[in-house]
Amino acid sequence: MQSKIRFVFAVLAVMLVLVGGISAQEPTTLSMWYHGAGNEVERTILLGIIEDFNASQSDWVISLEEFPQISYNESVTAAAVAGNLPDIIDVDGPVMPGWAWAGYLAPLSLPEGTLDNFLPGAIGMWDDQVYSVGLWDAAVAVFARRSVLEANGIRIPTLDEPWTGEEFDAALVTLQETGEFEYAFDPGMAWTGEWYPYAFSPLLQSFGADLIDRSTYLTAENVLNGEAAVAWGEWWQSLFARGLAPLTQDGADRDTGFIDGRYALQWNGNWAALAALEAFGDDLLFLPAPDFGGGSTIGAASWQFGVSASSEHQDGANAFIAFALQDEYLAAFSNGIGLIPATSTAAAMTENYAPGGALEIFFELSLQQAVLRPPTPAYANIALAFEKAAADIANGADVQDALDEAVDTIDADIEANNGYGFGG
Amino acid sequence: MSSLNTADRLTTGVKQHENIVGWLMAAPALVLLTVFLIIPFLMAFIFSFTNQRLISPNPTQFVGTRNFTDLLTLRVFSIDPILDENGELVLDDAGNPTYPRLREFTRNNPDYPELDGLQELTSWSSGNQRVFLLSSDVVFIRALINTIIFVLVIVPCQGGLALVLALLINQKLRGINLFRTIFFMPVVVSMVVVALLWRFIYDGDNGLLNTLLGFFTFGALQPVDWLGDPYTAFPALMVMSIWQAVGFHMVIWLAGLQNIPESLYEAAGLDGANTWQKFRFVTWPGLRSTMIFVLVIITMQAFGLFTQVDVMTRGGPLDATQSIMYQAVQRGYQAQDISGGSAISVIFFFLVLFVSMIQRYLTREKSA
Repeated sequence: MQSKIRFVFAVLAVMLVLVGGISAQEPTTLSMWYHGAGNEVERTILLGIIEDFNASQSDWVISLEEFPQISYNESVTAAAVAGNLPDIIDVDGPVMPGWAWAGYLAPLSLPEGTLDNFLPGAIGMWDDQVYSVGLWDAAVAVFARRSVLEANGIRIPTLDEPWTGEEFDAALVTLQETGEFEYAFDPGMAWTGEWYPYAFSPLLQSFGADLIDRSTYLTAENVLNGEAAVAWGEWWQSLFARGLAPLTQDGADRDTGFIDGRYALQWNGNWAALAALEAFGDDLLFLPAPDFGGGSTIGAASWQFGVSASSEHQDGANAFIAFALQDEYLAAFSNGIGLIPATSTAAAMTENYAPGGALEIFFELSLQQAVLRPPTPAYANIALAFEKAAADIANGADVQDALDEAVDTIDADIEANNGYGFGG
Repeated sequence: MSSLNTADRLTTGVKQHENIVGWLMAAPALVLLTVFLIIPFLMAFIFSFTNQRLISPNPTQFVGTRNFTDLLTLRVFSIDPILDENGELVLDDAGNPTYPRLREFTRNNPDYPELDGLQELTSWSSGNQRVFLLSSDVVFIRALINTIIFVLVIVPCQGGLALVLALLINQKLRGINLFRTIFFMPVVVSMVVVALLWRFIYDGDNGLLNTLLGFFTFGALQPVDWLGDPYTAFPALMVMSIWQAVGFHMVIWLAGLQNIPESLYEAAGLDGANTWQKFRFVTWPGLRSTMIFVLVIITMQAFGLFTQVDVMTRGGPLDATQSIMYQAVQRGYQAQDISGGSAISVIFFFLVLFVSMIQRYLTREKSA
């Protein structure tokens, strides 16, 4: 009996030692969610970073879960409601303020100077604090062919001297009149959803209007439906009414229309640049947005990394993000999937964005012209309202009425949310 | 006496036992119905009286019926024409009276607090005045009207076409099963896939429909942008919806047809009834319960119009294809306004309930 008890104690003691030993060595697992399920290249690069990070220290181990982009935001929202958020969250730039406001995200605490060299569009600010950082940014430009512009006597604009609004419009008319193209300009109506506010609101801003009054973030009245906005709407509508741009378009036409030579100019992003480059080589030009008086601007901010407010290991999550922000990883993502690296030093390491690289201009566009979509939780609704207004106006709706309706929707939503934390 | 009591007790015991077994057997279905239908509906009902958001740190508050008044308020308002200093009408280039902008009255105007936030649904001229029908939510009203039109068109067309098809394939011909399969096939395909395919068919430049029409009219008919034109988008959606689900109802009608005893037709034949009379006095009465079933099912499915809109048009162009369900989802998730989406769902529920009750009343057994 005695010996039996002793034996049991001995076994227990050994087990305790074992367990203690394991817990002293075993690093803590941090969960991370990513939006890019299905993209093999993206996955390989990200897993490479995680592997390097796991090997570089012994406190943390990152475990990755991937979601399809289309249902990613809903998954995060559902997880937040259920209290199951991962430690590290991947978040789309314009969505971030909403999640920060809702308390899903905690501000980042990165080593000082980490973000010094970063493109402004890759840094997600809310309430004067950094909540998210991107390894890359995206930019849009007017895709054009040098030979086409020269043959029609159209000036080739530069970053310092973009087309003026009249110049751009005249160029479209000229190109349409050649009869060589189905449409002079393809703004990309097929890409419903976020493309509309991302790609079309910079044109609105160039007219001197905006999506919301950025001095208060409390109303869009007189900004999205003021004179400048109506001027944009009239021009926007006329693009389609004059047959300069395709109104209903399917995704395939959007993808191949410019490359097949059916569209003379195309408003498109850096992610589509390589395919066009393959088709046209040196003849291809990426031109800055036309300047309608308020400057030549494009949208900014892509997917970024943030830390969940409910995470018990925010220090570990921050450590991973700081680790992932190294130039070599920025360059790897850029080379892998064509994105604009977030720092100039990383850009220098890439194939396409290095000085003299084929897509160098996109880095400059991002650096010089990018305007963030309004960093407010109201953006989710602003985007919907603007998308509907842009589509309705293109379809021939009364410009003032369509913009008024968008303003109503936006203002009602802001009011229903007590100002989203703005205006006290 | 005592033996009777025992027998009584025995039957009560058996009955109780049967009761328990009955409930047990119903339990899986009851649990599922409660979890996935009853509780969500009760939650939607409660949310519709609050300001619940999908994402928000603000506490949820009860707001009474505000969500419903924000959707359903209608008002008529007349505006007097602009007069110059002499009291004369100021005319525009076409010689019509001019009016101040409606928005001057409906936004931030302390003189007209009751009009605040209202939008123009439609307007017309009455004398020199301009009369406006104002609504607190024009898009929702469009969605409501569209959905009702959709039901009014779909129910008779889909039900009728399904019956015609059922009569056609209810014949003993060689290879009739082939036709049955062909007509039924669209039902098996997911609506999302069907909608995507029909988007190609309706394509404005080189879609199948335009190509066919061009071919048969020898190019006289210019290509129509079926889904891009506010006038054709909704009818195009309807045609496609009818095509997709007609096979299902055809099968139901077919089952009803095959339940009618052959002897009735023989008897009618002996009485000298012609084909139409056989249909009118034998087939149609025999299909009565089938008819009620088909009617109710199509009505409910038609009210739930969503997938086609989401995939093919997203409510556009110019709100021509908005539907109640699309708006409920759009607001609840996209616009992150759970309370607004819930309020639409509640309205939707009572609308469908109301219509179903009317149908029930109209198709009741009149023998009593």
